[in-house]
Amino acid sequence: MATVSTNEFKGGLKIMLDGEPCAIIENEFVKPGKGQAFNRVKIRKLISGKVLEKTFKSGESVEKAEIMDYELSYLYNDGEFWHFMNNETFEQIAADAKAIGDNEKWLVEQDTCTITTWNDSPIAVTPPNFVELEVTETDPGLKGDTAGTGGKPATLSTGAVVRVPLFVQIGEVIKVDTRSGEYVSRVK
Amino acid sequence: MQNWQPSASIPALKQRAKIIQVIRHFFAEKNVLEVETPLLATSGVTDLHLENLTSEFNGPGFNDGLTLYLQTSPEYAMKRLLAAGSGCIYQICKAFRNDESGRFHNPEFTMLEWYRVGFDHFMLMDETEQLLKLVLNCLPAERLTYQQAFLKFTSIDPLDTSINQLKTFLKSNDQADLADILESETDLLQWIFTDFIEPEIGQEAPCFIYHFPAAQASLAKLSRTDNRVADRFEVYFKGIELANGFHELTDKAEQQKRFEQDNRLRIDNGKTEKPIDQHLLAALENGLPDCAGIALGIDRLIMLALGHNEIKDSLSFDLNRC
Repeated sequence: MATVSTNEFKGGLKIMLDGEPCAIIENEFVKPGKGQAFNRVKIRKLISGKVLEKTFKSGESVEKAEIMDYELSYLYNDGEFWHFMNNETFEQIAADAKAIGDNEKWLVEQDTCTITTWNDSPIAVTPPNFVELEVTETDPGLKGDTAGTGGKPATLSTGAVVRVPLFVQIGEVIKVDTRSGEYVSRVK
Repeated sequence: MQNWQPSASIPALKQRAKIIQVIRHFFAEKNVLEVETPLLATSGVTDLHLENLTSEFNGPGFNDGLTLYLQTSPEYAMKRLLAAGSGCIYQICKAFRNDESGRFHNPEFTMLEWYRVGFDHFMLMDETEQLLKLVLNCLPAERLTYQQAFLKFTSIDPLDTSINQLKTFLKSNDQADLADILESETDLLQWIFTDFIEPEIGQEAPCFIYHFPAAQASLAKLSRTDNRVADRFEVYFKGIELANGFHELTDKAEQQKRFEQDNRLRIDNGKTEKPIDQHLLAALENGLPDCAGIALGIDRLIMLALGHNEIKDSLSFDLNRC
């Protein structure tokens, strides 16, 4: 079991808490002049997504979480698992619905995603910041209309629904920011 | 690329210099003598929660090396000057603490420490308030005893409590984890003070907390009227612990007992015993005049004066740049 001291705490460090891997978001050193020193940390639980505060005595050690991030290419969904491949070693890894979470709608074949594993099992999949998807359904807009007047909903090939400007038509490919779920531009 | 630039801005350093001039003028007007004492000494502190940085001298007279402790405050040497008849003194110097680095901590920092012969802690609180008003242009300070502060914000009487009550308090405030890791009444009280009281006090004006429990007397006299408390005070302002003062303990036997108690506590907590400063004990035996003294963090004072959020903004080069 690898451990880390509170002296090594910093944003991004992954530790175990209550049997769940967590990422440190913020770490503050707290010490009264003549008293015990503490590290007050804000932590995100990586599986439940819960954010909480926790205080450790400074100098204590905690278990390190074996968390790794891999850049893998998305292959396909077999109905139960989503398969990703390392383009250099051709090794494949399968993520379940829990790891995919809400991100299924941003998965495009061949796109490079970040797969986060805990003890070698995928626990999270992060799509690229921008993806390009085809519009499969939207109200026909008025010709000559420009962006910025509220827009309309459009359904994309993966099922994602995004607000687009009125001029966007069925069959066009658009660029979307997966972090905000917002339309960025049309793709020629 | 080397990060050679200072942590503080040049305008901040100019204001820092001005504030230090104001402080020197404040003491000159009161005829308090400026002194300098060694930052390196053959003994450090015995406090459970204070660690000295150490260094080693090798040279004439010390072929096998001499361990020297970087001082956590100039207190012991200044008391020796007082015992030798210096009268009222102040010092602006560097102080060093191991294990301490963060938003409000740098292992090397600047301390203002002063001693007033014939003062008790109340008189020294008044003088400290004068200085704070001068530098920070702040409102008149609030004053609460340690007991009043606890009763007001936690309903706990710190002078009549138990480990059990304090742990129950933490558990009912969603801090069962801290209830598990803190064992002594003093550690529990100090944490509750830090987490539940400090954020509530001294937000608009500085707050003086005085009459700490006897177990946290440190180098203060016990109160003549209530021996459950010590004549110790601390100053808090905007979430920052700014200063710590004592009506100084002058009794050599009592001082020795406290040092020995500290060392026993250190051993109980798995730490090493520290050498006791025999120079200080000898000075106390000779006679320390009745006095009050205070140590105030200059970098934190400058943070407050300039509205900074981090101590490094008032330091030329912090730990990550030194």
